[in-house]
Amino acid sequence: MKKSRIRNIDQGAIMKLNKILKNTLLIIFACFALSACATSKKTTGQMQGDVYTGTDTVEYLASGVPDRVFFATNESVLTTASRETLRKQASYLRKNSKITIVLEGHADERGTREYNLALGERRANAAKDYLMTYGISSNRISVLSYGKERPVDSGSNPLAWSKNRRSVTVKAN
Amino acid sequence: MRIFVKIIIFLILIPSKSFSLIEVDITRGNLDPLPIAVSPLSIDENSRQNFEKILKKKNIGEEISKIIEVNLKTSGLFNPLNKDAFLQAPDIANLKPRFEDWNLIKAQALITGKVSYTDEKLRVEFRLWDVLAGKEMVALAFTTVPTNWRRVGHIITDKVYQRLTGEKGYFDTRIIYVAEEGPKTKRIKKLAIMDQDGANNKFLTLGNELVLTPRFNPTSQMVTYLSYFRNLPRVYLLDIETGTQEVVGDFPGMTFAPRFSPDGKKIIMSFAKDGNSEIYTMDLENRIVEKITNHPSIDTSPSFSPDGKFICFNSDRSGYQQIYIMKSDGSNVKRISFGKGLYGTPVWSPRGDLIAFTKLHKGKFYIGVMRTDGSGERLLTENFYQEAPSWSPNGRVLIFYRETKTDDKGQGFSAKLWSIDLTGYNERMVKTPTDASDPSWSSLLSN
Repeated sequence: MKKSRIRNIDQGAIMKLNKILKNTLLIIFACFALSACATSKKTTGQMQGDVYTGTDTVEYLASGVPDRVFFATNESVLTTASRETLRKQASYLRKNSKITIVLEGHADERGTREYNLALGERRANAAKDYLMTYGISSNRISVLSYGKERPVDSGSNPLAWSKNRRSVTVKAN
Repeated sequence: MRIFVKIIIFLILIPSKSFSLIEVDITRGNLDPLPIAVSPLSIDENSRQNFEKILKKKNIGEEISKIIEVNLKTSGLFNPLNKDAFLQAPDIANLKPRFEDWNLIKAQALITGKVSYTDEKLRVEFRLWDVLAGKEMVALAFTTVPTNWRRVGHIITDKVYQRLTGEKGYFDTRIIYVAEEGPKTKRIKKLAIMDQDGANNKFLTLGNELVLTPRFNPTSQMVTYLSYFRNLPRVYLLDIETGTQEVVGDFPGMTFAPRFSPDGKKIIMSFAKDGNSEIYTMDLENRIVEKITNHPSIDTSPSFSPDGKFICFNSDRSGYQQIYIMKSDGSNVKRISFGKGLYGTPVWSPRGDLIAFTKLHKGKFYIGVMRTDGSGERLLTENFYQEAPSWSPNGRVLIFYRETKTDDKGQGFSAKLWSIDLTGYNERMVKTPTDASDPSWSSLLSN
C-alpha cells in the first residue's frame, strides 16, 4: 500500500515537471520570436548610430527638398546627411526669396521637459546657422522649440525616439 | 473664489507638555502607522437640517470626519480605525471619552468634535485625545462660511498632524498641474487646480494653446507658467483669483522654466536665444531684469534656496545634464551631482537642507534627493519615465508625474501624478479626472 502511494505521488510530480518544462519551452520560443522581430527592425537600416536615416515621417518643401533633419540623443550636431538636406533647403529658399520659414526644434521623450525645451531650441538653431552660411538671411528664419511636446511617432522605442529628435523647416507664409 | 477665508480661532487650550504623550516619528519610513479613531463630529438635528439645505450633504459632521480620515490614511503615518467598532456615541465622546472603550479597540489617539449652525456660519470644535495617557492634547474651535467645510477637515488634519509629529502639516493646500488629453502626438494641455486630496478640480485654461510647468508663488495665489499663446513660448503670470494674466518681461525669444523666489517678488527663468539658454530673474515690482548665468551651455530649471541666497540649476556645461549651485548673483558656480547618469529638475526643499531631482541612468528615471553640497544622494523611486518633483510645504512629501511606456503600436500612453514620502515609503497615485503632469504644491492656505 505504502509503496504504491509513493509511486503515485512520484508520477504526479513527474507530470507536473513535464508541464513546467513544456511551458518554459513555450516561453523560450516566444522569446526567440520576439527577439527576431526586434532585430529585424534594427536591420531595416533606418538608423545610423541612433540618428534616424529613414524617410517615413519626412515631408517635402518642394520636389527633392526634405523638410527635416535628425539628431543623435542629447546632440545638436548636424550629420553629413543633415547638412546635405539643409543645402537643398537653402538652394530652394534662395530661388524662392519671398518664403519665410520657422525652424521647429524637437526632442524625444527620454529627457526632462525643461532641458528638452532648451535642447529643441539648440537643434533648431544649429539648422538656422547652417542655412545662414548658405546665404539665407536671418530675418527670413524664426525658431520655435517644442521640446518633447510634439512627437511624430508615439512609440516608446529607440526608432520612434530617433524620428522625434528633429528640426523641421516649415513655411511660414 | 475666496481664498483667504477668515477663520476665527477663538479657543486654544495649550496642551500640557508631557513627554509621556504619543508622538509620531516622520523622519523614518513608518511601517507601523499610529492607530487613530476619528469619531464622527457630532451634530444637533437643527444644524444638520440647515446644512443639508445649504450643502446638500446629509450629515456634514460625518463628511468632515471622512476628510480627516482620508488625509490621515494618505499620509501613511496613521491608521484610522473602522467606525463600526466604536462603542461610544460621538456627542458623548466629545464631552468625555471613555478611554477604556477606545483602548479596547487599540486606538492610541482619538479625534472627537462637534459641528453646529451658528449665525449662518459653520462652527466646528474638535479635540485630540491621547487614549493611553487619558489626556486631551489639542482643543480648537473655529467658525467659517459653510461652503468651506472641506477646508475645515484639512485644517483639523493639519492641527492633528502638527501636534503628533511636531511639524506643520500640508493638508490645507492645493496642487496646480497640467491636465492632459488626446493622442500623444497631439496632446491638449490645460492648466488645472485642485485641493491636495483631489477635490474641487477646476480647469484654468481652455486648451487652445499648449501650457507647461505651472508653479505657485509661495506667498500668494499667483502662478507662473509657460504658454505657447500665438505660438510664442513665453513665461506668464496668472492671478488665479481674478484670472488676469500677463507676459513676464520683454524677451526676444523663448522664456521657460519659471519659478518664484521664496519671497514671491521675483521670477527666475530661462531665456533661450541663438541656441543658448541662460538664467534670468525679473523683479515683479520694478520690472528690472538681471542675467544670472553666462555660459554657452544650456542653463535651465533654476530654483532658489528658501533663504533666497542660493540658486540650484541644471546645466550641461560638463557635456551632460548635471546639477549646479551658485550664489543668487550668479557667482561661485559649483557642480554638485557626481553620481552615474544624467541629473535634471533640481528643486530646493522648503526646509533648506535637501535638493530633489530627476535622474536618468541606464534607461530608467529616478526621483531622488541629495544634500545641498551633493552628498548623501538617495533615490526614492525608479520607473520607465518620471520627473519634475515638487515639495509639500513642510518638505516631507514629493509630488511628481510619471508616464507609461507605449506598446508596439504607440498605444497605452498615460501620464499621472504620484506622491512619495521623503523616506521613500508611501508611494501612491494622486487621482486626477484626466491625465496629468507638471504638479506644483502650494503653501499652506492657512496657518
